[in-house]
Amino acid sequence: MTEKKVSILVVDDEESVRDSLYNWFIDDGYAVECAENAKQALTMLEARDFDIILADIKMPGMDGMEMHRRIKILKKEPIFIIMTAFASVDTAVQALKNGAYDYVTKPFDPDDLSHLIRNAASHVTLEAENKSLKDRITTLEDVDDLIGESEAMQQVLREVESVAQSNSSVIVTGESGTGKELIARAIHANSPRKYFPLISVHCGALSESLLESELFGHEKGAFTGATFNRKGRFEMADGGTIFLDEIGTISPKMQIELLRVLETRSFVRVGGNKEISSDFRVICATNRDLKSMVDNGTFREDLYYRLNVVNIRIPPLRERVEDIPLLINHFIRKYCKSMSRDLIAVEPAALKHLQELEYPGNVRELENMIERAIVIGNGKEIRLNDLPMGKEVMSSSIESLDDLERKHISSILDKYNWNISRASKALNVDRATLYNKIKKYDLKKGSR
Amino acid sequence: MERKKIILILCGHFEQSVIDRISADILNFFYFPLEVKECTLNLTSFYNPTRRQYDANLLINAVSELSSPDAIKTISLFRVDLFIPILTYVFGQSMLNGSTGIVSLYRLRNELYGLEQDNHLLIERFRKVIIHELGHAFGLIHCHNPVCIMRSSTYVEDLDQKEMDFCMKCRTELDKRLDINSI
Repeated sequence: MTEKKVSILVVDDEESVRDSLYNWFIDDGYAVECAENAKQALTMLEARDFDIILADIKMPGMDGMEMHRRIKILKKEPIFIIMTAFASVDTAVQALKNGAYDYVTKPFDPDDLSHLIRNAASHVTLEAENKSLKDRITTLEDVDDLIGESEAMQQVLREVESVAQSNSSVIVTGESGTGKELIARAIHANSPRKYFPLISVHCGALSESLLESELFGHEKGAFTGATFNRKGRFEMADGGTIFLDEIGTISPKMQIELLRVLETRSFVRVGGNKEISSDFRVICATNRDLKSMVDNGTFREDLYYRLNVVNIRIPPLRERVEDIPLLINHFIRKYCKSMSRDLIAVEPAALKHLQELEYPGNVRELENMIERAIVIGNGKEIRLNDLPMGKEVMSSSIESLDDLERKHISSILDKYNWNISRASKALNVDRATLYNKIKKYDLKKGSR
Repeated sequence: MERKKIILILCGHFEQSVIDRISADILNFFYFPLEVKECTLNLTSFYNPTRRQYDANLLINAVSELSSPDAIKTISLFRVDLFIPILTYVFGQSMLNGSTGIVSLYRLRNELYGLEQDNHLLIERFRKVIIHELGHAFGLIHCHNPVCIMRSSTYVEDLDQKEMDFCMKCRTELDKRLDINSI
């Protein structure tokens, strides 16, 4: 990205001053323009903005102070520096009272001028960074991808709104692909913790020891490969929110540890002995039925009640089919923008087909379909041919997502003759995740 | 067609050994052949009695008149105190992408700041300012690298911190500009 040059407008009736300052600032890499009087400067300011204005206080016609007053009427907020040949404390005080950034007396000491402009330029850069960060926060608050006018989705959004202001733990439940992480982001972005980090941890992707180190951090030398101290996710989330995805996959040992942290809001890094405190809010997500897991003893009841202060259930896409056209339009806008393409329409037959699908993968599946259709399509509209049909429709014998995952992993393992490296590469997961899945589904070579 | 050259105009007495060092620097950094000329200007007309200094803007215009058609750049050396209307003093002055630059030895002397005379340091500072101003004349702007010769210097101590060389970025930019200028 090219860095934007800081722009300077020099306003002085003396040509030699204008020329000298112009050359001085151009040498320093600023974008400089000059005006010979206040009237010309105000005309230039109506057409464009400047970051810094250096204006002589004594000019024929309108003086520098009056010019500054008029700039403020124009609702422009450049850094305004007054130049004068008369070292008068009164004038300096008056200029500063009127909101001038600083005041310099001609002739300037080269070093003073350099410092003054460097400070003003870094002020401009800081303001721009501040604005950009605020814009980013506002964008986050919008959480664009949360689309839905159906009653079911409106209910979810109302729940998000009411829970956001509190500090309670939240469990977000819903099938895979319904947007559980988006709900967590929306809660965080609308909460008083929004200026602090939202830290996400995908518990299902990590083995027990890795998850422990990830959540609590570790001290140098705690285990082989721990070559430096590392902050854990709870520590990083201080002041903000921690989002624990796939909470139903964590081991009994981790459930105990997590319960202790939630009760005390303090923990010790792996290999360490110092108690660390952190102020965080917990949002969890799962596609499993945690209550059943409690009933059959695989999930601790005390942890369940500690986490399940508020439960937000996201409906699967098949329960809110009226949102499908809205979602399609949203994803078309999103992907056409990211691919720098013109917006495209959807052929009626394709729209009908999209509304009739079952979507076991929910909104994520619909999103992937739209992205794929835009990539392979003709660039004008999404046609029926651009959508996955027949052979790609899910087998009706598969009932649950777990079934589907188990069968797919098993077939990939067979395909690569149980070579874990190649199979994990094909599945686009790391080896530890694949080992966990093999353990979870009790898969064995030749047992398909 | 005869190759363009850099003209060095001497306004005041400079030892031959100093001129030789400067000539070697110019050839080393800018590759153009050098021609040394004596200045014929009467400096009294550039003297500002109120400031008791010499007007660098007026001098730069006058020096450009002394140049010759085969000069790609002209740099003029002085021993007097230079100023421009808005600044209390300047070590040197040149126009970005312009044809002319001027540099003075006056403010580079240790004695001016109550320090012991150091001719070696003086000549080193002088050479740095000359190369810096020629850099501007070839289109280089100030560099943020603290040791690059194109870093802005408002005190002699700033000059001493810089190296007698361009940083990689300025060197690359200068080479591009020298290529264009030599066509």
